[in-house]
Amino acid sequence: MLDLILKENKILSDQYSLLILTSNEKLPDILPGQFAEVRVDGSPTTFLRRPISVHYVDYELNELWLLIQIKGDGTKQLANMAVGESINLLIPLGNSFSEPTDKDARVLLVGGGCGVAPLLYLGAHLKKSGHEVNFLLGARSKTDLIELCEYERIGNVFATTEDGSYGERGFVTQHSLLNDSTFNFIYTCGPTPMMKAVARYALKTNANCEVSLENTMACGIGACLCCVTDTTEGHVCVCTEGPVFNITKLKWQI
Amino acid sequence: MANLNINIGKLQLKNPVMTASGTFGYGSEYSDFLDLSRIGGIIVKGTTIRARQGNPYPRMAETPAGMLNAVGLQNKGVDYFISHIYPTVKDIDTNIIVNVSGSTIEEYVETAEKLNALDNIPAIELNISCPNVKEGGMAFGTSCLSAAQVVKAVRRAYEKEMIVKLSPNVTDISEIALAVEGEGADSVSLINTLLGMAIDAEKRKPVLSTITGGLSGPAVKPIALRMVWQVARAVKIPVIGLGGIMNAADAIEFLLAGATAIQIGTANFIDPTVTIKVIDGINEYLDRHNFQSVTDIIGALDI
Repeated sequence: MLDLILKENKILSDQYSLLILTSNEKLPDILPGQFAEVRVDGSPTTFLRRPISVHYVDYELNELWLLIQIKGDGTKQLANMAVGESINLLIPLGNSFSEPTDKDARVLLVGGGCGVAPLLYLGAHLKKSGHEVNFLLGARSKTDLIELCEYERIGNVFATTEDGSYGERGFVTQHSLLNDSTFNFIYTCGPTPMMKAVARYALKTNANCEVSLENTMACGIGACLCCVTDTTEGHVCVCTEGPVFNITKLKWQI
Repeated sequence: MANLNINIGKLQLKNPVMTASGTFGYGSEYSDFLDLSRIGGIIVKGTTIRARQGNPYPRMAETPAGMLNAVGLQNKGVDYFISHIYPTVKDIDTNIIVNVSGSTIEEYVETAEKLNALDNIPAIELNISCPNVKEGGMAFGTSCLSAAQVVKAVRRAYEKEMIVKLSPNVTDISEIALAVEGEGADSVSLINTLLGMAIDAEKRKPVLSTITGGLSGPAVKPIALRMVWQVARAVKIPVIGLGGIMNAADAIEFLLAGATAIQIGTANFIDPTVTIKVIDGINEYLDRHNFQSVTDIIGALDI
């Protein structure tokens, strides 16, 4: 358990806040794909922790970034925290995305909505390992595509919006990039229908594909068995066996 | 420092704080956060004769001051417990108690028999109150006759401390408590979760895959406290109180109502170290009120 201090609260839109947390002590080692269970104090209707994926870790500045999408009272409370306030986290939790062993492997990171969050830190890791990073980010509208400049610092950014206000019009799986290029490793996080469509594309093109699931959780540490997903090994906890799963392990009707 | 030792029948506890089944895994999930040996007792996940996959996702719905769960006794079965889990928990310096469930009386008996042979499992908690399984579970705990039958059968096969966990989803919980006491239960624990439901109005769908589930958390505490008080006055055997205990003050209320020990459940999900805080808080309360022993406040409600 860790108490961090809110260093900056960047309100990105009426739906998204970027919390930049820090500590006097060195942050623990955190891998891309891992998440935090964030305690929320003072929420009127919720009392469980919120599972929030790690958006980015800057070890030089000793900063942990969490991207908060306001979904209900719990996330609203988090998104409106004031600089200097303390936040209690269980971190790092869960497994992580795997890196291709082949340095020439072509990688694609596909995110939709708030599912883009863990891809930034993953992209930074892959770039550090020498991969050319391609992001394909989808949203309803331009205003929902947040912090594109951060992704652009790491790799090539392709985008789709449902209303055509930015990038190509349509869903991520309709982007022309997918017809023009092939990829060996595809990582995805976002709404389940989107991840399933990405998984279908990956299977069709023989790409390795990992998805990050966002099942509803209580404990985050494998005790309550609430967040299970059905796999080839039966029901397993997303919080401890995941959140990252290879699509071949999931019992998805793709 | 007051004396926190208590006895529940044959069971000796270093303090009255235990963890509720299904909220603390097998203990190891929490060992990064606290010293497990400080807890009075750890009641591990509901165990059945054969492995169970539990219910489909979604299994959890958060509600104001509570949560509904519909896990449905997912576990790998008693043989797996004996071969894989028991060796890892048997040397923890606390009482490791196994929660036992089944679909038939024979399944309860067979599971209890297997656990009776384990030296370092001093007790079982007979779960006749799980609301999330189609057969057995709560069905046994909601009538005096079936509750008595299952307790009687297990009593013949199990020699050590038998705690019977009661369902609040009944008209008169004292009647059920008396029925199981009459068949040889050494103690009762209450309450299991209250049957509840959540609906997603936008989708016009139930939130849980099972439609209904068990409510726990602070929302149920006043009901749990009332039932503990009623049962403690009705039976002679020790009562273990649980239901929405979030802190030491809550735990003390249950002790005052007549519980000899308490269990902490849902609160573990919010603060994995809550058990230790409750133990320390009870101690602080006893010192502040000049009580020598925690037994001084059991049932000490001033009416």
